[in-house]
Amino acid sequence: MNMKTILATSVASFCMAGAAMAEPQAEVLHWWTSGGEARAVAVLQEEFASRGGSWTDMPVAGGGGDAAMTALRARVLSGNAPTAVQLKGPAIQEWYEEGVLADISAVAEAQGWADVLPASIAGHMQCEGTWCAAPVNVHRVDWVWANKAILDEHGIAMPTTWDEFNAAADKLQAAGITPLAHGGQSWQDATVFETVVLGLGGPEFFRSALIDLDMDALTSDTMKAAFDQMRTMRGYVDANFSGRDWNLATAMVMNGEAAFQIMGDWAKGEFLAAGKVPGEDFLCASTPGDGYLYNVDSFAMFEVDGEDAQAGQALLAELIVGQNFQKVFNLNKGSIPVRSDVALDEFDACAVLSSNEMAATSDAGSLLPSYAHGMALRGAQAGAITDVVTAHFNSDMSSDDAVQMLADAVTNSM
Amino acid sequence: MQWLERHVPKLVLAPSFIAALLFVYGFIAWTAWVSFTRSRLLPNYDLVGTIQYERLFASPRWEVALNNLFVFGVLFIGISMLLGLLLAIFLDQKIRTEGVLRTIYLYPMALSLIVTGTAWKWMLNPGLGLEAMVRGWGFEDFRFDWITDPDMAIYTVVIAGVWQASGFVMALFLAGLRSVDGEIIKAAQVDGIPTHRIYTAIIIPSMAPIFLSAFIVLSHLAIKSFDLVIALTGGGPGYATDLPATYMYAMAFSRGDIGQAASSAMVMMMIVFAIVVPYLYSELRAKHD
Repeated sequence: MNMKTILATSVASFCMAGAAMAEPQAEVLHWWTSGGEARAVAVLQEEFASRGGSWTDMPVAGGGGDAAMTALRARVLSGNAPTAVQLKGPAIQEWYEEGVLADISAVAEAQGWADVLPASIAGHMQCEGTWCAAPVNVHRVDWVWANKAILDEHGIAMPTTWDEFNAAADKLQAAGITPLAHGGQSWQDATVFETVVLGLGGPEFFRSALIDLDMDALTSDTMKAAFDQMRTMRGYVDANFSGRDWNLATAMVMNGEAAFQIMGDWAKGEFLAAGKVPGEDFLCASTPGDGYLYNVDSFAMFEVDGEDAQAGQALLAELIVGQNFQKVFNLNKGSIPVRSDVALDEFDACAVLSSNEMAATSDAGSLLPSYAHGMALRGAQAGAITDVVTAHFNSDMSSDDAVQMLADAVTNSM
Repeated sequence: MQWLERHVPKLVLAPSFIAALLFVYGFIAWTAWVSFTRSRLLPNYDLVGTIQYERLFASPRWEVALNNLFVFGVLFIGISMLLGLLLAIFLDQKIRTEGVLRTIYLYPMALSLIVTGTAWKWMLNPGLGLEAMVRGWGFEDFRFDWITDPDMAIYTVVIAGVWQASGFVMALFLAGLRSVDGEIIKAAQVDGIPTHRIYTAIIIPSMAPIFLSAFIVLSHLAIKSFDLVIALTGGGPGYATDLPATYMYAMAFSRGDIGQAASSAMVMMMIVFAIVVPYLYSELRAKHD
């Protein structure tokens, strides 16, 4: 026991000494329980075991992570936090402020994370300068998916401006096809809204309105124009959209009942699972306008006691950002690797496009966090905005009223 | 020995008394405390005054939730009691298949509200349910899309709730009808009083305590309604069918805003008190008379 303790005190020396001497342990709280996601986690589990670690799986399904967060709160309050927890965006900083996150800078620096991760994504993984979380993947949110056969039949190209989108939609509607497949759940309304804000206002406007919550931007004419566009798009969805799940909306595009869907690239997984080929059966393009909205899953590392657990944490962090896991996991999940140096040979055309644009927008400073998927704002503020967006989309509220409500709601959520 | 005899009842009751004190009143006090703090992700205990209540009543979503509670509560309780009473009176006519019918009407109560909500969600969906069916019969202009209409969606929650609860209310009333003294009814019949007058003048007035019990049971069902809304509409379209309970859940578990959730929980509790306290008061006073 003593021997083990001495060996494991230094994380770096532990990694050198090899896993045979002590047993790295990790208890991992996550909510990846559905088919492709569960397979993706199994990859990490196997890799962890092959390096001599013992993995305690703690999947908590349900409520898009709400159930897992409740479990986490209970564990942290009882002073027994899991080793690593699936957390993302500002939630990492919120937990850091509660003083319960660990410092994994030693691993991050040894592995050179700063050189391979896009700067704005790396920012989410750092808590006041130290590394406290490991990124897993990048989902792009601002995608528009289209049924190629329908577009070809009506002579429509993928829209590059919102006016083109509206023109195409009007044409399709006249032909009796639902232009936009959409599910009336508040997060889906928010997803469409943020792509419209990005497209109409541009990256700078998106940053000041939905990241910095600048009051002038929130009540500006650009924001009114975004709500006007939302009102226009309300006319492009079918009558049964209320409460529909996103994957059913994707199926509408697949089956030719609808032409477009605006959704993150998890929708691609549905197309691929149905045997559809990108470029032949369906098309993918970024939503009209510049910029790139990312939704990055990550594991936050919690303060744990005992050398075994700390060794497990370090090993886990190293593996998560490692090239092999980044490739295998993202092939299974439908997202793209967060590292810039992973070979993309086995990825499909949409993923390659996503990866190229991530690099380009990172250089141009328009690689932005998604507000609708909890990357840009804390829960209370993001929720307040979503309330207004979904109330506007599902009623006949005017855009003037909507921006006023937006400003009030954001102020009230502080 | 005598000491033991005197104190055994107290000793036996003590554990459950302490448990109730801690887990009910203790946590009410805890929630009240937290509702006066700025707690976000985890509770903190620095009092900051009534800021959470100010935020709560400035929130349009909370206003919608309270309005919905009012609409849902009044309609759900009113219609369930009326339907339950009518069903009970009809079943009370000494009909042959009463046992079977009673079971059929009571069965919805055996279902979980999640099942009720999901089944009604499909039936009310304009593309799958009633509207599609009637249109399939040839009535092309038939419209029944309340569930997608923000102004009408709350009434679909009433429909599903009434379907679930009215059978249970019927059972309560049926028991009440049967407990009325048969001699009085026979005497009234001998005097040639018509049946509907017997019901309105004799039987229903003598069932007042049953009405009160049904009202209390239904109103607490209405105030804590959560699963029905989640399954039926998910609070949508938008947040048009939010109720205080779903608001509280969203704040506590989705948004990491525990202070706000605590203040909404306290307001919900006050609404319950506003109904239950007069009831308890009248019950206790009646015993003393």
